[in-house]
Amino acid sequence: MSPVANADPSPHGNDIAIVIADLQQQFGARPALCGIDGTVRRGCITGLVGPDGAGKTTLIRIIAGLLKPSSGTVQVEGLDPIVDSVKLHEIVGYMPQKFGLYEDLTVLENLRLYADLRNVTGTAREASFKRLLQFTDLARFTERLAGKLSGGMRQKLGLACTLLGTPKVLLLDEPSVGVDPISRRELWHMVSELAGAGMAVVWSTSYLDEAELCSDVLLMHAGKLEYAGVPRALMESMRGRSIQLRHIEGNQRHVLQRALRQPEVIDGVIQGAALRLVLRRAGERPDLAGLDAGASAQMVDVEPRFEDAFIDILGGGPGGDSVLAEHTREARLPAGVDPLAVISAKALTRRFGDFIATDHVEFSVKRGEIFGLLGPNGAGKSTIFKMMCGLLAPSEGTASVMGIDLKKSASRARRELGYMAQKFALYGNLTVAQNLDFFSGIYGLQGHAQRTMIQSMIKVFALTPFLSTQANELPLGFKQRLALSCSIMHQPPLLFLDEPTSGVDPITRREFWTHINGLVDKGVTVMVTTHFMDEAEYCDRIGLVYHGRIIASGTPDELKESARTSAAENVTMEEAFIRLVQRNDVAAQEAA
Amino acid sequence: MFHALVTLIRKELIALVSTRMGRIMLVTPVLLQLALFPFAATLEVKNSTLAIYNQDGGAASIELAQRLAAAKAFPVIINLYSEKDLREVIDRQRALLVVRIPSDFSRKLARGEVGILQALIDGRRSNSAQIAYGYAAQVVQAYSAERLGQTLPASLVVQNLYNPNLEYQWFVLPSLVAIITTVGCLMITAISVAREREEGTFDQLLVSPLTPAYIMAGKAIPGILVAIVQGSLIILAAVLLYRVPLSGSLLVLYGSMMCYGFALSGCGLFISSFCSSQQQAFLGSFGFMTPAVILSGYMAPVENMPLILRGISAIDPLTHFIIVVKGIFLKGYGLEQAWPHLWPLLAIGIVNMSLAYVLFKKRSGQ
Amino acid sequence: MTMLDVEIGNIKLRRLLALCRKESAQIVRDPSSILIAFVLPVILLLIFGFGINLDANTVRIGLVVEDTGAEARRFAQVLEGSRYFDVVHDSSRQHARTLLAAGEIRGMVVIASDFSAKVRQGKGAAAIQVLTDGAEPNTANFLGSYMEGAWQTWLGQRSIDAGQTPPPLAELSARYWFNPSTVSRNFLLPGSISVIMTIIGALLTSLVIAREWERGTMESLLATPVSRMELLLSKILPYYVLGIFAMALCVVMATLIIGVPYRGSLLALFVVGSLFLGSSLGLGLFLSTTMRNQLMAAQAALTAAFLPATMLSGYVFEISSMPWPVQLASYFIPARYFVSALQTLFQAGDIWPILAINAAFLLASSIFWLGLTVLKFGRRLDD
Repeated sequence: MSPVANADPSPHGNDIAIVIADLQQQFGARPALCGIDGTVRRGCITGLVGPDGAGKTTLIRIIAGLLKPSSGTVQVEGLDPIVDSVKLHEIVGYMPQKFGLYEDLTVLENLRLYADLRNVTGTAREASFKRLLQFTDLARFTERLAGKLSGGMRQKLGLACTLLGTPKVLLLDEPSVGVDPISRRELWHMVSELAGAGMAVVWSTSYLDEAELCSDVLLMHAGKLEYAGVPRALMESMRGRSIQLRHIEGNQRHVLQRALRQPEVIDGVIQGAALRLVLRRAGERPDLAGLDAGASAQMVDVEPRFEDAFIDILGGGPGGDSVLAEHTREARLPAGVDPLAVISAKALTRRFGDFIATDHVEFSVKRGEIFGLLGPNGAGKSTIFKMMCGLLAPSEGTASVMGIDLKKSASRARRELGYMAQKFALYGNLTVAQNLDFFSGIYGLQGHAQRTMIQSMIKVFALTPFLSTQANELPLGFKQRLALSCSIMHQPPLLFLDEPTSGVDPITRREFWTHINGLVDKGVTVMVTTHFMDEAEYCDRIGLVYHGRIIASGTPDELKESARTSAAENVTMEEAFIRLVQRNDVAAQEAA
Repeated sequence: MFHALVTLIRKELIALVSTRMGRIMLVTPVLLQLALFPFAATLEVKNSTLAIYNQDGGAASIELAQRLAAAKAFPVIINLYSEKDLREVIDRQRALLVVRIPSDFSRKLARGEVGILQALIDGRRSNSAQIAYGYAAQVVQAYSAERLGQTLPASLVVQNLYNPNLEYQWFVLPSLVAIITTVGCLMITAISVAREREEGTFDQLLVSPLTPAYIMAGKAIPGILVAIVQGSLIILAAVLLYRVPLSGSLLVLYGSMMCYGFALSGCGLFISSFCSSQQQAFLGSFGFMTPAVILSGYMAPVENMPLILRGISAIDPLTHFIIVVKGIFLKGYGLEQAWPHLWPLLAIGIVNMSLAYVLFKKRSGQ
Repeated sequence: MTMLDVEIGNIKLRRLLALCRKESAQIVRDPSSILIAFVLPVILLLIFGFGINLDANTVRIGLVVEDTGAEARRFAQVLEGSRYFDVVHDSSRQHARTLLAAGEIRGMVVIASDFSAKVRQGKGAAAIQVLTDGAEPNTANFLGSYMEGAWQTWLGQRSIDAGQTPPPLAELSARYWFNPSTVSRNFLLPGSISVIMTIIGALLTSLVIAREWERGTMESLLATPVSRMELLLSKILPYYVLGIFAMALCVVMATLIIGVPYRGSLLALFVVGSLFLGSSLGLGLFLSTTMRNQLMAAQAALTAAFLPATMLSGYVFEISSMPWPVQLASYFIPARYFVSALQTLFQAGDIWPILAINAAFLLASSIFWLGLTVLKFGRRLDD
C-alpha cells in the first residue's frame, strides 16, 4: 500500500474558496468524519470521491451550513457556515443527492420559485432563464410537470435551479448517480463551463472514472481522507503496475481466477475479451505460463486508472475464488429445454396506452451466459426486465424462461428464477436472520434443508456479526450481500439482477462479481441491467436498448468495434455506448 | 405451499412488532380508547345543574322544590329570583334545565285543580335536556301520586331487559370491541400492502412462486389475528374491570370476531389496491372508517336514519358485528341468533376479497 | 426595489409570496388535499347531518294483548294513536321476546289476560308490563318516558269519561328555549362541523411539512436564503385559506341543504373559526415538524386531534356527565370551545359572554401550538 500522497494542490494559494481544518463529525456513537483537512479552489472542479458511506454527503452538508460539525472548522469564502448562515446561503448553491424538485410544479414554476428565493428578478431573471434553459436543453419542456421528466432531465433542472443567483460556490452531491452516460457527459460539460468562469465547484461522486476528470480530488473512505491532490499525481504513482492480458484462449473467467491467485497480482477485472490486472509492484508481472491463457496471450502495459490507485490504497481487491460457488450445486437443465435459449424473448412488445415501451424485442440467452441490458434512462430496460421476470405481462409476443411461457405458467417459471431488485428490496425492519428465514421460506425451503441453506449463506457472506441487525441499519455492502443471498437460496438456475451494484464501493463490487462468476461456472444463467459501463464489460453479450428497441447486440468487444471510427482507436465501453446511441438518433432523423 | 403461507404470516407479525411505531400503533389506540370511551361516551345525565325559579311561596311549591333539589340527577341547584336571572342562566348555559313554579301553584293545588309547572329546556343540548326533563317529570309525578293518595287503576311496570340499570358502559364496551378492532385490522392490512409497494419488496413477493391469492391471504390473516388479540384485550377489560356481564357463547364470540376480521381484511385489501403510498392507504382507511362508525348505529340508532343511509348501514360490517357482540354480552346470543348477522359479514368479506384480488392482479400487470 | 422587496424582520415578501404560490399550486394539483378539504367534509356532513339522529322518533314496539276486555283495548288504542310508537301486534309473548332479542323491536308491552278484570276490581293490582331493550339505553330511556306519557293519557281519558278530576295534580309542561322543534340535527350539526374542521386542520397540515422532508425538497429549500418564519408562514397561510373555505362550505351546506338554522353573525363565525383553525393547523404543523414522516404525523394527528374532538368536545356526549378527571382533560381540547361557540351561534345567536370566553381559550390554544411549532422548527438538518 503506497503512502498517502498529499501533493500540494495548487500554485495559486489565494484562489482558495473553501478551507476545511480537522473536521470531525459524530452521529451518536458513529464517527462519520475523522479529521478531514482540505482546500477547494476556484475556477475548477474539485472531486469529492469515495464509495457509499465514505462521508461525502456529511461533508457537503457541513459546508452548506446544514449540519453543525462536532469539531473542527470550515471557511467558505471567509464565512463560517453556521454563524454566517444567512450570508452563506446567498453565495452557495447546493444540490442535494435527492434534489427535491416539486413534482407538482412545472419546470418553469420550479425555476421561478428558486429565482424568487434567491432574489433573481426583472431583466436579470429573464436573461438567466434563457441561458439556463438553453444550457440544459429544457426550453421545450417549460410547461411539463417536473414529476414527468426523465432522470437525466430532472438532474439538469435541479442543476439549473441551483445555479440561479450565480453562486460563487457550487456544491453538487452525487449529481450523476443513476443517470445514463450521455446525460452524465452533458452535465459534466455544463459544470466545467461554470467552473471555468470562476466558480468553485465541489462535485461528489462514487464513479471513480469521473474523478480522473477533476482538477483536484479529495478521496475519502470510511470517514477518512485517503488522498487530497491532483488525480494525475496519484495515477502516476501507479505507473508500471497496470497491465492488460490480451488474446486469451479458453474461459477468461478461469484465467482471471488463476491470475488473482498469483502473489504478484493485487486486483483484476474483465474488460471485454481481455483482462486488466494491477500488480503489487511495478514491473513484477506474474508468470504467463502459469495463467494457462493460451499460446497467443500477451501482457501489455496500459495507462493506470484512478480506480487502480484507489484499490491500491484500500489494500487490493478480493480474491477470485468464490466461496459461494463451492456451496452451489450444478444448475441442471430439465429435459426438453434448449440450452441455447434458456431465456428467450420473441417479438416482445409492451404498450402503455399509446406509448410503446417495448417494440418487438428479440434475444435469447445461452445456459451459463451473462447477458447485459444497457441503455439510457427511459429506454425501456426495466420494462423488458420486468416482462422477463413475470412482473409485467407482454402486450404481444412471448417471454419464456427454461422453456416455460411466463404468460401461461408464471408461478412454475418463477420457481426457476432468482431476482435481485434495484436498491435491494429487503425488509428493512426485519433482522438479517429474519430476512433469510423469510425468503427461504417463501421459496419452499423448510425444515432441515432450510436451516442448512441459511447457515451456509451466513458463512459464505460473513453475516454472523450482523444477524440481529435490522436490514436498513446495514452498511450498503452488506445489504447487497444479504440481497444476493436472499435471491439464491432456492438454487435457481436463472438469476436476474437489476442494477445490482449501484453506489457500492469497488471492492464490494468485485466480490459480488466473483460470486456471480462462480455461479455462472456452475451453469447458472444471468441477466443483468446496469448503468455502470465497466460492469458491461463483465458480460458475455450485451443488448443495447434505446427507445424500446434493441439497437445493437453482441459481445462487449464487438460493440466497441462497431463504434470505432478509425482502426487504431481504443474505444471505451462508455464511448461506444454514446456513439451507438447518437448514431441511432441520426439515422432516425434521416429516416423521418 | 402451506409453509410458504406461514412464513408470510410470521414475517408480517414480526414486522408489526419490530418497530417502535408499529408497537405504539397496536397498543395505544386500545389503551386510550378503553380508558376514555367508557367514561366519556355517555348519554346519561348525571352531575347536571337544575335551576329553580319559585315564584310561589306556598307549602306545596316549597316541598316540590325540595324534592327536585334532592333528585340524584341534579346535584347542583341554582335558585333563581328574577326573570333576568332566568334568561341569563339559560343563555349562558349554566343550567341544563330550569323549572319555574308559578305564583298560583300552591293555591291551585289546594283547590284541587291542576297546577302546571313550566320546564324550560335548553334546546342546544336537547338530548340531555330531554332526559333531564324526564327525570324532573318523574319527581313531579311521584309527588302528585302521593298527594292524591288514590289508588290508580293500573300501574305501569317498566323493566329494562338485558341491562336493568341502563348502565351506559354495558352498551359502550361491547361496541368498543367492534370499533377498536376495526382500526387495527383495517389499517394494518391497508398500510402493509402500500408499504411493500413503496419499499420495493412487493416486486420481490410477486417474483416468488407465491400466487396473488397467497399474498393476499398472507396479508389478511395477520389482520384477523390482530383483530382477535385486540378484541380479546377489550373483552377481558370489559368483563374484569368494568364488570359487563357476558351471557352468551364465548365460542360464538370468537367465531364472529373471525368473521368480522375477514370482512375487514377484505375492505383493507380493497382499499390498498387503489393506493400507491402508505399515506394514501391511511387516509383511505380513515375515510372508510369514519362513516362506517357513524352509520353503524353506535352513536344513534339505525332506525332513525333515512332510507338511503339505512341501506348503507346494512352493508356496513360494523353494524352487524356490533349487534352480535352486544347480543352475546347482554342478550345471551348463541349461534342461532348470531347467524343472521354473521352471514352478511362473510358475504362482505368474500365480495371485497374478490374485488381486491381482481384489482391486485390487474395492477401487477398480469 | 419594488414592494415585494420589503422586509419585516427576516420575512421578505417576495420569498413569502413565492413559497405561498408554490404551496397553493401543490394543493390544487394534489388530489389528496382536495379530497380531504372538500370531498370528505361534504360526505361527513351529510352523514352526520342525516345519519346521527337522536330525535324523539317513532320507536317500534311489540304489543301483546292477551285480554279481550275494553280496558285493554282502550290502552292499545292509546298506544296505536301515539306518534311515538310504531306498534307491531303479536299474539305470543315468546315470539315478541325473540323479536326483542333480535333487535327488531325496541320494546314490548304485555297486557295480561286478567287486566280488564283487575282494573274493574279497583284494588290497583292491574299492571301494564313494559319490557325495553336495555342494550340501547338511550332509546330505552325515551321509551320509558313515552310510556309514562301514554299511561297518563290513558288515565286521563278514563277519568274524563268517568267525570272525575284527572290525576296528576301537578304537571310539568315543557317549553324549549332555542331549537323549539328539538330537532337533534340542529344541535349535533354545529358540533359535527367542529369535528370536520379538526380533521381538515390537523390532517392536512400534519402531512405537509413531513412531505417536504421525505421528498427531499426541504433540504434544497434550507440551502437558500429563505428564513424559518417565511417557511412556516407559507405553510400556515394557504391552509388557513383552505380551512376557511371548507368551513364556509360546511356552514352553507348545513344551512341551505340540511336546513339547520343559523342565528349568529358571520363576523363572529369568522373570528371563532379563524381562532380554531389557528389551533388545529398549529397542532398539525407541530406534529409534522417533529415527526418528519408523513404516516406517523398523520396517525399522531388523528389520535391527538380527531379522537378527543369526537369524544370530549361535548358535541354528542355531555361533558358534565363525565367523571371529573375526564372533564378536566376536556378543558385542554380546543374542539370543546369551538363546539360550544358554534352551538350558540347556530341556535342562539351572538351571545357575547359565551363567545368571548370560548374565543379566549381558542386564542390561547392557537398561540400555544403555533408558538411550539416556531420553536421546534429548525433551520438545519440536525435541529
